[in-house]
Amino acid sequence: MGVKEFTSVGHSVKLRDLETHVRGQTRYYEDANVQRLLHLKMHRSAHPHAEIVSVDTTAAERAPGVACVLTHEDLPGQKVWTPLAPAGVGPDDEPVLAFDKVRWKGEPIAAVIAETPDEARRAAALVKVTYKELPAVMDVEEALKSGAPNVTAHWPGNHYIFPDDHAAAQIRYGDVDKAFGEADHIVEGMYQTPPIEQAPLETTGCIAEPDGNGRYTIHSNSQMLYFTLDTTAAILDIPAHNLRFVGGTVGGGFGGKVDMQTEPIATLAAIKTGRPVKYKYTREEEMKVSSTRAAWRLYVKDGVMNDGRVIARKVTSFKDSGAYLRFSSYGAMKQSAHLPGPYTVPNVWANIQVVFTNRTPSSAMRGYAVMPASFAIEMQMTKAAKLIGMDPWRFRLLNAYRHGDERAHRRPVKDAALVETIQAAARISGNELADDCKAMTSWDREAG
Amino acid sequence: MTAKVVRFNVNGRDQAVMAAPIETLLSVLRDGLGLSSVKSGCAQGGCGSCSVLVDGELRLACLTPAENVEGSNIVTLEGLNESNSMATIQQSFIDNYAAQCGFCTPGMLVAVTALLESNPKPSRDEIMEALAGNICRCTSYLPIVDAVESAARELSGQGDD
Repeated sequence: MGVKEFTSVGHSVKLRDLETHVRGQTRYYEDANVQRLLHLKMHRSAHPHAEIVSVDTTAAERAPGVACVLTHEDLPGQKVWTPLAPAGVGPDDEPVLAFDKVRWKGEPIAAVIAETPDEARRAAALVKVTYKELPAVMDVEEALKSGAPNVTAHWPGNHYIFPDDHAAAQIRYGDVDKAFGEADHIVEGMYQTPPIEQAPLETTGCIAEPDGNGRYTIHSNSQMLYFTLDTTAAILDIPAHNLRFVGGTVGGGFGGKVDMQTEPIATLAAIKTGRPVKYKYTREEEMKVSSTRAAWRLYVKDGVMNDGRVIARKVTSFKDSGAYLRFSSYGAMKQSAHLPGPYTVPNVWANIQVVFTNRTPSSAMRGYAVMPASFAIEMQMTKAAKLIGMDPWRFRLLNAYRHGDERAHRRPVKDAALVETIQAAARISGNELADDCKAMTSWDREAG
Repeated sequence: MTAKVVRFNVNGRDQAVMAAPIETLLSVLRDGLGLSSVKSGCAQGGCGSCSVLVDGELRLACLTPAENVEGSNIVTLEGLNESNSMATIQQSFIDNYAAQCGFCTPGMLVAVTALLESNPKPSRDEIMEALAGNICRCTSYLPIVDAVESAARELSGQGDD
């Protein structure tokens, strides 16, 4: 096998915008030179689950500096959305501005647009919402019990239904129950990860600017600019060619800026006022209401042999989607592709369920859906190795997938490098591997 | 609650700006004077991305009322860009990959300037202490400390070359 001359692999490549970064000359969305800017602040739900009895914006409209107040009644197009609709994922389940109910604490209800951020903030606090509080559900397994409060009528069982009518993303490979019967040991564990805020240094935001000819320019720090364009057009009921989205350098995203959060409502405000409108999350909003890495809970059961082979792995996984779908079905599919981890296990069963609760909608963060699975699996691997008294390095090397192996989702492993990666990690961390472990290779399971 | 004229020197030029009571230095520099290197990351003194020099001292522009710095000399990264020592620091940041998204970088460089003015040969611990108020969410900090260490070595005449 000939090795090609690489131009990037093995070389340090300079980031294209380092030169402007160090001179403070990189343009972020907020650096757009826009005059006569108005500022948007949101009145948000005070409860995690409640019926909205009434929304009174009178006092906010009369407050100093206020240009306009927007509620769901002002939305010209579709009032509910979902970010992956342009890719065919549905249904739209999330209100742009809440109308009948609020389903998480912090859900947007009314937007207040004023001359200064302070005036907008003060006026937003004057919006009066009357609620009828409802019981809330905050735990994925509680949400799946019969009699649990229903978060949204779109999902009667509080879980997503995949397009093939399955209640979970599923893997069925081999026969785990038979293998558990033959295994020398059964290793079980429950693992969970909390929601984590991506906390980019630049908070989520955009500036929507009327071009004066029925067209609008939106300076945005979205990580998903064109999905956001399409969805904004649908919500505002205007042709997509009337919207020009300008991206650029994002001041940190880490997955936290893939959800479309500010653009449609800022653009609607620009349409209503005829002036440019900035909608920038405060740090508090970024921490409290922007989507987080999802909370996950995974139950893992492994069948392990005394010689170190993992012969069966069963995973029941719950993704806390929060109140709405966002990217969760994609996340579940992504996790199913990762299971049973980078190991060749002949019998695998997995159910990955997207569950709705009254928590902040969750979304992507570095290693979307893969990180929680890796955490659970690697904890299991160490636990199993200790149980049979094998060095955890050897245990992982034995089970590591090799080039040409079939994955549980029935795709072949190509260009595997896990054995070599483990060997390098052992070398760097000063763990001397046995000679047969050093001789192992991803290209030949019998080597070593 | 009326705005008043505040006069100060910014990057070597005298300026008069209108500032509302308790309007921040961040607001008048960034929105009033268009100095976009001064970033608003948290607006509550937590991240350091709005760091500027006021009469040579490191300050958070988001916590500084503009009227409190009447008559002061204020320096932002725009005002440091043409200095030779800043060019050395900037090159060191580039060589050490000490930035990714770049949002924290201007404030970081202003803080480095303040450090090296008072302590031209800082230890690694002193560098970390001096940059403790500047949050970076991308790089893991080590490249930044490396960059400052190597720039300081070069500027104090202890460079390898």
